[in-house]
Amino acid sequence: MRVLGIETSCDETGIAIFDTEKGLMSHIVYSQIPIHADYGGVVPELASRDHIRKTLPLVKQALAEAGCGASSIDGVAYTAGPGLAGALLVGAAIGRSLAFAWGKPALAVHHMEGHLLAPMLEANAPQFPFLALLVSGGHTQLVRVDGIGRYQLLGESIDDAAGEAFDKTAKLMGLDYPGGPLLAKLATLGDAKKYPFPRPMTDRPGLDFSFSGLKTAAANVIAAEGKTPQVQADIAASFQQAVVDTLVLKCRRALKETGLKRLVVAGGVSANQSLRLQLADLMQSMKGEVFYPGKEFCTDNGAMIAYAGWQRLRAGQAQDLSIGVTPRWPMQQLPPV
Amino acid sequence: MKLLALDTSTEACSVALQYDGQKLTLDEVCPQQHSKRILPMVQQLLAESGLGLNQLDGIVFGRGPGSFTGVRIGVGVTQGLAFGADLPVFGVSTLQAMAQAAVRLHQAKQVIAAIDARMAEVYLALYQQSADGLMQPVCEELARKPAELPPLTLAGEICAVGTGLVTYRDVFLQWASDTQLKISDQVLLPSAQDMLTLAVPAWQQQLFVAAELAEPVYVRDEVTWQKLPGR
Repeated sequence: MRVLGIETSCDETGIAIFDTEKGLMSHIVYSQIPIHADYGGVVPELASRDHIRKTLPLVKQALAEAGCGASSIDGVAYTAGPGLAGALLVGAAIGRSLAFAWGKPALAVHHMEGHLLAPMLEANAPQFPFLALLVSGGHTQLVRVDGIGRYQLLGESIDDAAGEAFDKTAKLMGLDYPGGPLLAKLATLGDAKKYPFPRPMTDRPGLDFSFSGLKTAAANVIAAEGKTPQVQADIAASFQQAVVDTLVLKCRRALKETGLKRLVVAGGVSANQSLRLQLADLMQSMKGEVFYPGKEFCTDNGAMIAYAGWQRLRAGQAQDLSIGVTPRWPMQQLPPV
Repeated sequence: MKLLALDTSTEACSVALQYDGQKLTLDEVCPQQHSKRILPMVQQLLAESGLGLNQLDGIVFGRGPGSFTGVRIGVGVTQGLAFGADLPVFGVSTLQAMAQAAVRLHQAKQVIAAIDARMAEVYLALYQQSADGLMQPVCEELARKPAELPPLTLAGEICAVGTGLVTYRDVFLQWASDTQLKISDQVLLPSAQDMLTLAVPAWQQQLFVAAELAEPVYVRDEVTWQKLPGR
């Protein structure tokens, strides 16, 4: 079975083709970052206007790069949520209509299921069951995964997502958009112990997160100390350490509570080197194993959507003719495979 | 010539199919439901005609102006259907389609077409019938506050169509007070059947283009979002 995947949930247009025999045949990600940089964040209407220009040309390019004709595609998978409604609708309208015209089934993919399954595109794929830490600009969740569509939400952020906290703090520091990766780079030059930022919600039981207080703490330091390069680097390092400590502590707690030995970390923040180093230490101490998506599949991409769609389409699931999108969509509502 | 037309730019969700001298039309008013209804409506008309999508010659779409998201649903569906069935496409103005509806229903020769564009504005254009019976624009499409419209350049009998005329009826009556303005109570929203009428000469002139060239026309293009200081 050969599946075309379309991702347009935010500011990346991702297109890919995944095949049962050949694996990932092509994948293209077009990023809108330069469009939104002048605004300091994603402008939803501009995102939608760009997706409608880029999606179909990228589909043609992906087919060409895979060296396969449109008639060899057996199904179309598109991101239907969560994400920006207008942006989602572009990929959904094109994807659902393409499948209709080809006379092939279509599948509405949950964006976070895409992230969650992305490590399975790697040679060393995790076996079920596992604990998943989903960390991106939109989500911070701990999920127990017993199979595809068998998800139990153990904890999540009650306010900002971890990636959002990175971007917002970077913006306070005057870094370009998206500031998260820039902040992480700056952190390598700073003293992580210089400023005692809070580790929110770690002093009480439970697996939920809260990151909105961290940017306030950072703002206070910036106000008190100014913006010299060393202060900037020290804030970045101290902030990153606080986020990483919090994520690692909750992972340890969740692994202990569930007895699981495998940890999957996915989403844009899973590319963070400091997080990866500390999680490696954690899993070594717990005699477990940690799995990541390939670097290029940590951020939004079409490959994870093609793969998640392939998993469900080959199990016989399909979407009716409505081009439904679900901007807010709890992952636990997904049917099992 | 076999053409499918579809439009989801406004509160209306409309599909029409022309083949062998026949024309089938489905018009629904279904705000916020276009994405759920449009493909089933296309499927229904294809089933009634007994035609497959790949037996058609082209797809006509409402290219706006209208709701940004609505216009993009129609363009996205058109791109998917047309690329999937290897068909060329042609975009028709929603305002022009309403002007053509005024010919069909009121034998109008001159038309003011206006769509309520929210934010206290209308999308507006003026039309006159040409020798071939089709409505042609006599001005650029505008997004404007009704009270700030430039002086009206038409005289005599004018038919006025669209939701803009409902919302701002008194302003338009004042604007066109030197003319004989008749506000249509039948043409409020665009219909895909009138887009077919307008697309036929475009087909004959080979103006249809490849699927990926199907693009929305928003009219309201000015960027109102706040840029960062110094950008």
